[in-house]
Amino acid sequence: MSLLRPDLAVIAANVAPGSRVLDVGCGDGTLMQALRDDKRCDARGMELDSADVGLCVGKGLSVIQGDADKDLAFYPDQSVDYAILSQTLQTTMRPDVVLEELLRIGRRAFVSFPNFAHWRVRLSLLWGGRMPVTRLLPIPWYATPNIHHLTVEDFRELVKERGIKVEGAWFLSGDKQCSAAAANFRAEHAVFLLSR
Amino acid sequence: MRTHALFKPARTIDSGQAVPHLAQFIMASTQITDSSQVLELTQPLPLDGGQSLPDARIAYETHGTLNAAKDNAILICHALTGDHHVVSNHPKTGKPGWWVRMVGPGKPIDTDRFFVICANVIGSCMGSTGPASLAEDGKPWGMRFPVITVRDMVRGHVALLDALGIESLYAVVGGSMGGMQALSLAANFADRTRAALVIASTARHSAQNIAFHEVGRQSIMADPEWRDGAYYDHGKGPEKGLSVARMAAHITYLSEAGLTEKFGRRLQDREEKTFGFDADFQIESYLRYQGLAFTDRFDANSYLYITRAMDYFDLAEEHGGLLANAFAKSKARFCLVSFDTDWLYPTADSRNVVHALNAAGLPVSFVELSAPYGHDSFLLDVPALDRVVEGFLSETCRGEGRPNA
Repeated sequence: MSLLRPDLAVIAANVAPGSRVLDVGCGDGTLMQALRDDKRCDARGMELDSADVGLCVGKGLSVIQGDADKDLAFYPDQSVDYAILSQTLQTTMRPDVVLEELLRIGRRAFVSFPNFAHWRVRLSLLWGGRMPVTRLLPIPWYATPNIHHLTVEDFRELVKERGIKVEGAWFLSGDKQCSAAAANFRAEHAVFLLSR
Repeated sequence: MRTHALFKPARTIDSGQAVPHLAQFIMASTQITDSSQVLELTQPLPLDGGQSLPDARIAYETHGTLNAAKDNAILICHALTGDHHVVSNHPKTGKPGWWVRMVGPGKPIDTDRFFVICANVIGSCMGSTGPASLAEDGKPWGMRFPVITVRDMVRGHVALLDALGIESLYAVVGGSMGGMQALSLAANFADRTRAALVIASTARHSAQNIAFHEVGRQSIMADPEWRDGAYYDHGKGPEKGLSVARMAAHITYLSEAGLTEKFGRRLQDREEKTFGFDADFQIESYLRYQGLAFTDRFDANSYLYITRAMDYFDLAEEHGGLLANAFAKSKARFCLVSFDTDWLYPTADSRNVVHALNAAGLPVSFVELSAPYGHDSFLLDVPALDRVVEGFLSETCRGEGRPNA
């Protein structure tokens, strides 16, 4: 598990063994594989990129090529223990709708996203006056798939507004965790565990 | 073990010699040759139309070795005008088998690991009982042959599995109409397969699919040589009609981009248009050739019956109108593959099946591959397809032991 990206490692460490899991935007299936092999989870995935889906199928993972904005509607209510959306929320057309869908399909949802209020991003915008291009957001504004940038505070506000419970939250700077109080300034990534 | 009441000594097509009885047949399974074999059913095969098919024969081919546990068998289902010669040369055209690029030692469907079975569907003309076969009165069935369905074809396959002593397949694999059989087998005979790989296929024929088939059938029936299907004694069949049917169908197997790239508006062996109705364009010449070549290898009545079976295919309708219900008893893993240029069975058709499998809670993978060849992509050089097929089959048995273990 040490090879997992830090936000995925947090998720993998906090999923109950033997759970049913849907990984939305599962990429090459690294997290699913870890959950299957280390936690005996029944892991299913969804991924937009057909090359990644091919990789997953080759690893024996059940992954559907699909779009989080359109294809979550076809999953039954409360059909998995955890719906996972890692580093994908900010790429969807309607993050709020996707969030509701995750909590319809899963009894709980893990959501991770890059924090646009990280101090490096703030400085870059303040001093450069241009859309930030940082280590974690390396693609210029016109080509980035991140069409809905958000901050830790924005996300906290959204879940409060929608009456969603926060069961856990982890804030990461590199592979180190930082405090919830300083998260909106210091965290590069946030991971939330949510439920209704 | 299942009973084998359906089995009686079979003959190979080529030699006509008797093959040993079932017990010996199974013990000698490692020595099964790769030539065509025929299973003769001793029980009438029940059909969806209410009738049954007496004395049915199932022609098939096997490759690789059935292991002692009999759990490494893969059934490959062929498409509309295909046959069981999946890797062996076609007996009439001499051309290599239709899926040599996918099946064989070290290939994605690896005959060093798997016992590969491919059976000719009933209704066909390549060895299994069809309208050109002789009925009980010694005359060809012709249009007296009962209308069959995809599920009836699958009943024939299941009878073959019974005869071979295979309770559960490692996987059933098929493209196009073969994919319909794979879905039908996984849905209707849920305990007979542990995985299903469905390529460029659909769970039901659309109005457009039926429309193209009807053009083909009417073309055959409009040919005076068709004689209401009783042409077998006249030395000549409805070749013009069958040829036009094939031309129309062939267009649906290709993509516009593929046709443009291959033929464009280029002229055939001439500098200028002739202002006549010769095959001025290369595409015309190509289609005429495809149509004519088809009449050498396929029976017109078989074409009528098999296209009808496909038109009748609607897996949801068979199960109370809800596709998810079709898979209620299945425990198999599924993989569906579509191609972005396939407008005959477009990606939406595969997604429809995927959503139903999801609703049924079954493990399913799905990928739309990019390939320029339209529907025919499943038969052609698409390396991404090889990887998906190999990957899905290599891991299917996770938790159930490796097939050779």
